[in-house]
Amino acid sequence: MSKFAKKKDGELPAVSTASLPDIVFMLLFFFMTVTVMKDSSLKVKNELPVASEIKKLEKKDRVITIYVGAPDAQYEKVFGTEPKIQLNDKFSSPSDVGDYILMERAKKSQELQNVLTTSLKVDKNANMGIISDIKLELRKVNALKVNYTTGSGDAFNNLK
Amino acid sequence: MASREEAPKVNAGSMADIAFLLLIFFLVTTTIETDAGLNRMLPGKDSPPPSDVYQRNILPILLNGKDELMVDGEIIDLKDLKDITIAFLDNGGASSESENYCNYCQGNRDVKSSDNPDKAIVSLMSNRETTYGVYITVQNELVAAYNNLRNREAQRLYKIDFTAMEALYDKSETPKAKKDELKMKIRSIQKLYPMKLSEAERQ
Repeated sequence: MSKFAKKKDGELPAVSTASLPDIVFMLLFFFMTVTVMKDSSLKVKNELPVASEIKKLEKKDRVITIYVGAPDAQYEKVFGTEPKIQLNDKFSSPSDVGDYILMERAKKSQELQNVLTTSLKVDKNANMGIISDIKLELRKVNALKVNYTTGSGDAFNNLK
Repeated sequence: MASREEAPKVNAGSMADIAFLLLIFFLVTTTIETDAGLNRMLPGKDSPPPSDVYQRNILPILLNGKDELMVDGEIIDLKDLKDITIAFLDNGGASSESENYCNYCQGNRDVKSSDNPDKAIVSLMSNRETTYGVYITVQNELVAAYNNLRNREAQRLYKIDFTAMEALYDKSETPKAKKDELKMKIRSIQKLYPMKLSEAERQ
């Protein structure tokens, strides 16, 4: 009788899957940290133009977003095909912009109220008329810092 | 003889499945947001219109409802806008005896164009029918023109690009002392080429 039992030959050892949960958890934590939950669902078409000289909007809590674009296909019947402004979850007219900005500003803490940026997410096929109306309203409530939010890329792609 | 009783082990085999489930949920709901863009300051509510500005110090840019671009009375291609703007801003037309003389300008010193970068105003007029995409392209080209000149001066004075300084300043890792230094440098470059962009709407 030999002391060491002979291994059965021809059998591969199974790969240990014990570390699989760890790997999956790692991925999970990555996605959990980078995820940004959408706070409002888009009701307008919102294909942003691109630009090359862009600057990042750093702090999320200092940004108020205004969406502009033609209503989505499901709202076309009621709201038509002309570009509309979306504030929070509803379609609005330019005259509502001022009130909206003041309301959002009041929600922020005192020290942030003077450093807010208004991010304009405008569909690239919208017209300047509606943007001018918004800018006029923004000036009325003294929300002067504006960011034309765009994707990054060659600006001449907008012309196509 | 029974051995000391032990708590039964929980089977951890299904942990991976649970983690996968969560992982897939987050994978599906993730939207990487596009949060970058062109920053712009709007003029105040009742800021007075600039008075007694010489015509030569204004670069009029017109965008009509058909997305055509006219600069200084000529219809031009959008691709040429950046170079025209740079030439206008960097002109430095004031004579070397006058107090407005620009000693860092490298332009043509044309007396019919802007006196110095501090006096030069870019006036952008758009129509209600102008497409937003075209408007952004024009804005982008104007910012590019300013950045081009500012980068040149920053390279000359501090051996670093202006845009690189700005990016460094915005990073939260940069230490406070360095930030103060950068702020001072950025201000000084901005003073050399201040962005004076006036916007109006034309019916």
